[in-house]
This record gives sequence, structure tokens and C-alpha cells, in this order.
Amino acid sequence: MILVVDLCYRPGSLSAYEFVDPITAIIRGTGRDVRTCHSTQVDAALAGDAEAVILCGTALRDQEYAGYPDRFAWIRGCARPVFGICAGLQVIGRAFGGSLTACTEIGMTPVRVVRDDPLFADRASFEAYTLHSIALDPPAELEVLAVSGACVQAVRHRTRPIAGVLFHPEVRNPWVVERFLEYSLH
Amino acid sequence: MRLGVLCSGGKDSLFACWRAMQKEEVACLITVVSRNPESYMFHTPNIRLAALQADAAGLPLVEVETAGIQEAELDDLARAIGIAVADYDIEGVVSGAILSVYQAARIQRICHTLGLWCFNPLWHTDQQAYMEALVDAGFGVLVSGVFSEPFDEHWLGRVIDRAAIDDLRTFARTHRISLTGEGGELETFVFDAPFFSRRIEVVDAAVSYRNFRGTYRIRNARLVEK
Repeated sequence: MILVVDLCYRPGSLSAYEFVDPITAIIRGTGRDVRTCHSTQVDAALAGDAEAVILCGTALRDQEYAGYPDRFAWIRGCARPVFGICAGLQVIGRAFGGSLTACTEIGMTPVRVVRDDPLFADRASFEAYTLHSIALDPPAELEVLAVSGACVQAVRHRTRPIAGVLFHPEVRNPWVVERFLEYSLH
Repeated sequence: MRLGVLCSGGKDSLFACWRAMQKEEVACLITVVSRNPESYMFHTPNIRLAALQADAAGLPLVEVETAGIQEAELDDLARAIGIAVADYDIEGVVSGAILSVYQAARIQRICHTLGLWCFNPLWHTDQQAYMEALVDAGFGVLVSGVFSEPFDEHWLGRVIDRAAIDDLRTFARTHRISLTGEGGELETFVFDAPFFSRRIEVVDAAVSYRNFRGTYRIRNARLVEK
């Protein structure tokens, strides 16, 4: 079972259709079972029961998640693969000591891969859909995999199966989510 | 949260409105009427009837006109949203965008500039499940325009029911159309919805069709009891 974590402003919000459902559809398309929970309901035990955890993005104006960093403390000790999307990348980064900075990108954006990694195997660059007003200054434990002209777009933990992207792979790039699950679960 | 729903009169905007009503408070509909039939953002054959839909839904309508010049028409959309903020105190905007990055990114930018929330509750939805949910929920939807093969003129004015969805699914396979018409293959008009207190009856419509392109232009319509 893949645990999909909804980071939107409240459980069952209007934003979940947009930021959670497309991710669950991608995962179900790989033949895997999905369980969806709001971030307020997730703890270390629940994350530990999953094969992998995916942290979803939020609406551009929704920064409720950023006000509760302790809610995501379980990420540091999680033994399962964890993948973050936009807000999900930000909470992963903060869990490992990174900081957030103002940076807005909206729409299709060129992304350049700067480090060989299975997540982007064979791709030197691609166009991705961005929708953020905050970017991550990654901590030392996370290495940068890809960048746009404005900020870091993808990171990976140096020793553990934890990664994240600032862009939204559910738009035009579902292969990113599929590839993370494929290589982190085999 | 008080929201304004961008309304073209078609199924996507009104289904998005219905979803928004279930989670937040819809304060008004917002319509941009384009004088340019080639408008990228706003052209649709029966846009003037959004006022009748707003009446049926018991919602106020913010309506502005645009010359429909690419990109400049976005200023008119921002103006319309600004009116909705001033008159109805909305905090966010809802759109029926499904796959169009062009449309969605532009609406997101306007909302970001105005400090508003932006919701797209049909974004990347499962198109088959959506079309079935539309019919099952009691939406009354007719085809108001066709713009590609293999649609013949019998599609103009046709109500979207299970049989129509089956036909669209066949066309999706044989002609690679999108099931929802997201690729611009067809346009729709909503004459009934679960949140309409009355439904819209078409009294008179003009059909124009040639070479796989046609419109069903409603010339006269009225609200009747359901």
C-alpha cells in the first residue's frame, strides 16, 4: 500500500481534487493500492505500515502546512521511501534542517537535471508545470538533482530513499512518480 | 471561504461550481463575454445565457465584455474577478479547467496577483468517471457546438446521456477526441443542475453546420419549474 498524504488546508478540502486525486490516479495506474490520509492524521506508525509515502502539493495560496513543522517530524525517522511534491518537498527539506525562501513560478518551466540519478535517468532537461511561491534552500543531507532558472526543482537524500520535486509531476510528467516508486520499491 | 466561479455556461464550469458548493460558499458566477469568435479563453456560443443559469442557481452574476485579443483579454478577466472581489467579497476563484495548462496557468497568475485562492476541482480528473458523474448527479447538458470530425449535425442540441457518452467513448477510440471535449472538439450548455431551482427550457435555437463544424445557438430560452 502506498500512503498518499494530503497537505491541503483541511481534511476533505476543495483542493484535494486538484492536488491529491491526480496523484492517487497515477499510483493506481501502476497497479498499486493507495491509502489517502490528511497530514494531521499521519504519524510514524502509519507511515511505517506503508510500502512508500507520497506527500502531495497544495494550492498556491495554501501555506497552512508550513505553520506546523512538528507535524512532519516523522519523516526524519521513516524507514520507508518518501517522495514529496511541491509542499511535500518543502516539508521534507525542513525536516532535515533546510529553510524556505520566497520564489514564484507558475506554468510550464524548463527544468535542467544537474546530477545523474535514476529519478531522471536519460533526461538532461524537460518542461515541467510549476505552481509555487516558496522554494527550498536544501540542507546538506539533501543533494540537488535538478534546477529551474529560479530555484531548486528536485532533491534526494544522500543515503536514504527520500526525494522530492518542486514542480507538479501530475501535469505532463507522471513518469517521475512512477519511476520513484519503481526504483525505490525494487 | 467565499468563492467566485468562472462560468462559461458549459458543463465543466458548472460541475466545478457544484463541487465548490459542497466544500465552500459560492458567492457569485463570473463570466467574460468575448466579441472574438477565435478567443483562446472565453468564446462559447451561448455565453449570454449565463445570466439565466445564474438566476436558476440563485447566484449573482458578474459579467464583463472583452474584445478577445490574445493575452489582453486576460486583463478583462482580472477586471471581472476584481469586480467580484469588490462586490461579493470573494477570497478565491474556481475554474473548470481539466487539462489546459494554457488556461489554468493564466488564471493562477491572475489569482496570485490579486491575492486570491484558486481552485480547479476537475484538474486532471478521470474523464470517463467525470462524464458519468455528471449524468448521475442530474446535470442536464446539451451539445452547443462541434468543431471536429466525426461529429455530424445531429450532435447539435443533443443531450449528454449514457448513450451519448458511449458514442463519445467510441469517437475517443476511433478519432482520438477527448471524452470531455477538452481538446476543443465540442462545447456544451447546461440547462439543468442539482443546484438549479428551475431548469432552462430552450424555446428557439438556430443550428449552423458545415464540414464537421457547427453551433447550436440558443436564441430564446426561459426558466421553467423542474
